[in-house]
Amino acid sequence: MGNIFTLAISAIFINNFVLTRFLGLCPYIGVSKKLDQALGMGMAVIFVMSMASTITWMIHNYLLIPFDLVYLQTIAFILTIATLVQFVEMVIQKMAPSLYKSLGVFLPLITTNCAVLGVSIININESLTFIESILHGIFAGIGFTVVLIIMAGLRERLDKSPVPESMKDLPISFILAGCMALAFLGFAGFNI
Amino acid sequence: MSLIKELTKGFIKENPVFIMALGLCPALAVSNSIENAIGMGGAATFVLLCSNILISLLKNFIPPKIRIPCYIVVIASFVTIVDMTMNAYLPDLHRNLGIFIPLIVVNCVILGRAEAFASRNSVLKSIFDGIGMGIGFTIALVAVAFFRELLGAGQLMGIQIFPNNYQPILVAILAPGAFLTLGLLMGLINLFKKPETD
Repeated sequence: MGNIFTLAISAIFINNFVLTRFLGLCPYIGVSKKLDQALGMGMAVIFVMSMASTITWMIHNYLLIPFDLVYLQTIAFILTIATLVQFVEMVIQKMAPSLYKSLGVFLPLITTNCAVLGVSIININESLTFIESILHGIFAGIGFTVVLIIMAGLRERLDKSPVPESMKDLPISFILAGCMALAFLGFAGFNI
Repeated sequence: MSLIKELTKGFIKENPVFIMALGLCPALAVSNSIENAIGMGGAATFVLLCSNILISLLKNFIPPKIRIPCYIVVIASFVTIVDMTMNAYLPDLHRNLGIFIPLIVVNCVILGRAEAFASRNSVLKSIFDGIGMGIGFTIALVAVAFFRELLGAGQLMGIQIFPNNYQPILVAILAPGAFLTLGLLMGLINLFKKPETD
């Protein structure tokens, strides 16, 4: 139990994927203009990250290692993720059209979200067990969603504030992200 | 003449990081020292150049419906080559860049150029575009790394620049410094670009 708690705090706050590990920045900056969009993207990422962690862990341990093909890791993982995203998209479209309406536009974007490939590789590099990998995927996705939603909230308010012309949109978003990273740096002192 | 234009547009005018905001993850993560920035830029440029060449050669054979998986396989193969070569000859750099070498696969600059340029243009043009964009990416990385290393460690490429009693601004090397530096640099570029667009 304690182990799971440690994993959660570590993946969500201490080693936050966006602000500490610099993974998944493109959607973090690209889809954080509106709060509801951010929520949809976050949910889609949690879902795909947990699925990707599960499947890539199995591929690595039951396919690549027994057949001595570890050097194909990058190709195998990215193909798996691309296929998985496509598959999830088709299933959701058939089974839950209303969910598809809210998540659908974000799914193709997730293939090139480095957080998904990142979590798969980190699971293997840190030699997590099967259960830990799945949980790590879920928690990392939650961490991503938390900062995405905070960022979207901040940017919605930013629209109404007077920002110098040359700092508008992207530059000020990075400054904001810097301030958030500074705040998250405070978690680095946690000793659990 | 147009080839030169393909080459130089990536440097500043269509700079992948500063203007198009692509490839942000490596741009922020490995820009803590100029050495890492050059290593990452070199690796990405190589992959970009090779994938641009191969994709523009294959553009008539790849069915449009499955083009993205095809591009990803091409890019992933070159990334694997870079990964293994770097591990063999530059182990220190390989360790510093760590997870960001396999992650070149999902670098949006490379996939973006494959989709937007190489799949529509001749091989020669794609070569120049690949080199240009790669250099632009490297320029952006080195620019961010320049300020972070200078302020955060008081040195450049391991050579002490500031006097020894300089108190390093440690936060510049840490995560927040990356965001702040990139934000300020983007703002600076916008400031100087404005008169031209108006």
